[in-house]
Amino acid sequence: MCATPAKGAADPPLNWQEAVLSRVIRLSGYSAIVFVGLIFAFLVREGLPALFEVPLSDLFSVRWYPIEGYFGILPLITGSLIVTLGAMAVAIPFGIGTAMFISEIAPRWAREVLKPMVELLGGLPSVVLGFLGILILSPYLRQALDLPTGLTALAGSLLLAGIALPTIVSIAEDALDAVPKSFREGALALGATRWQTMWGVTLPAARSGVLTAVMLGIGRAIGETMAVMMVTGNAAVLAVHLASIVAPARTMTATIAAEMGEVATGSIHYHVLFFIGMVLFLISFAVNVTASAVVFRQRSRAERVLS
Amino acid sequence: MDKIVVENLTLQYEDGTESLRGVTMSIPANAITVLFGPAGGGKSSLLRCFNRLNDLADVKAVSGRILLDGVNVLDPGVDVVALRRKIGMVFSRPVVLPFSIRANLTYGLELMGERNPRRLDEAVEHSLRLAALWDEVHDRLDDPAIALSGGQQQRLCLARSLALQPEVVLLDEPTSGLDPISTGKVEAALQQLKKDYTIVLVPHSIQQAGRMADFAVFFLQGELVESGLGKDLFTHPRDKRTEDYVTGRFG
Repeated sequence: MCATPAKGAADPPLNWQEAVLSRVIRLSGYSAIVFVGLIFAFLVREGLPALFEVPLSDLFSVRWYPIEGYFGILPLITGSLIVTLGAMAVAIPFGIGTAMFISEIAPRWAREVLKPMVELLGGLPSVVLGFLGILILSPYLRQALDLPTGLTALAGSLLLAGIALPTIVSIAEDALDAVPKSFREGALALGATRWQTMWGVTLPAARSGVLTAVMLGIGRAIGETMAVMMVTGNAAVLAVHLASIVAPARTMTATIAAEMGEVATGSIHYHVLFFIGMVLFLISFAVNVTASAVVFRQRSRAERVLS
Repeated sequence: MDKIVVENLTLQYEDGTESLRGVTMSIPANAITVLFGPAGGGKSSLLRCFNRLNDLADVKAVSGRILLDGVNVLDPGVDVVALRRKIGMVFSRPVVLPFSIRANLTYGLELMGERNPRRLDEAVEHSLRLAALWDEVHDRLDDPAIALSGGQQQRLCLARSLALQPEVVLLDEPTSGLDPISTGKVEAALQQLKKDYTIVLVPHSIQQAGRMADFAVFFLQGELVESGLGKDLFTHPRDKRTEDYVTGRFG
């Protein structure tokens, strides 16, 4: 090509910048995948030996007492599950309710105050919530429910609910807000009351966003460590019946956090802790995959309909 | 016989703009009344006053009266839900609710407490026939309504408001997004419906205004300029502004 000298002089640095920038951006994009892969590979390398060192039947038994060689991780799994489920039982209805209030009912000034406040709550360090849990929540629970100790799975659930709430509220509110105004008007013009409109039209129309909110909330709750470690009592007891919610429990995350500092590198205990990390990784991976699969399915359905 | 009488209606939005100024008019029963004029004239605002949908918008002040069968609908004591069942509304963009075709039609009735499946089925068929949609969808009532074409969706919306057996049907540019064939079907359906209903139509074009109007009302910048029988107003407008608009000198 016969480019003029001036243009030829200006072009190379531009191309050079382009090339560097696009490589940097591509690299940062791919690095996310690489990091996840590396982390999982590391977990597997350190955790998998546990399967050979401890018989499977011992690993999935009900006694966790590493000093004497009992490595049953079932109580830890049930501990995580019961605390997370309890948290969700509180956080989902409360979170969706708050989102509905902010998006549908609150007057404009209240909305402008509430939304940032809720999001600020999400930035609160969980250790601070842990303080409140130890000093206020647990003593209160002990007295109110007449328990031997207030440091129970229930206390952990309530704190976790508080931690998951901002995520749920914020994302669910965005989803509700994105529902076209015409939907509400259409329902109201049919003689629906405000509640009927919200429950019957707005919420179903926003369901994929609300579901994402719930899934991310679960993800946030199941991985939380600090606050839970501070208030659940950390007794590795298998949770088998409903009353376990008011008994002390111990989660997978809290176990790793509490014991990793004192374990001898390369020991059986060390490998089992990494194995727990693997299980945790797989659980939150499954939650995230389910969430995006649900959202993706809904989106592709909507796209098919619109095209 | 006048179904709706508007007396000296003035409506002001929160940002200070006056959407309607001193509007006085009447809307006869069993006829199509067309409200037309350039955009921003206050036609939609007026429609939304009839079924109090303006309650949601940031309206600052409303004065005057709107009498439906002699009762002022702007009275704060009016049961808005009952009012909206009496006055159906179809919007310019079809608002199908995220349910099946059948559920879209029965939704309003179920809200009213109708549970009898036979009665619901009857209402579905009856309203779909009225909106000239039955032949096209009767074998797939359980499909999602969003899968219908734009024209079908709009007739579904019409059918949905008819299922509640309203007395008045308000239509805000119901055919603005439709092809000529679908538009023709909606217009034909409306001509059939006027025997039993009071129809208030905001057309999306002056041509549609001319085709549909039994009575016509011309709005300009929130003011009612002229009203009269459709065939008079479009051929012998009395006001210069109406004439200019109808003949296409502005707009």
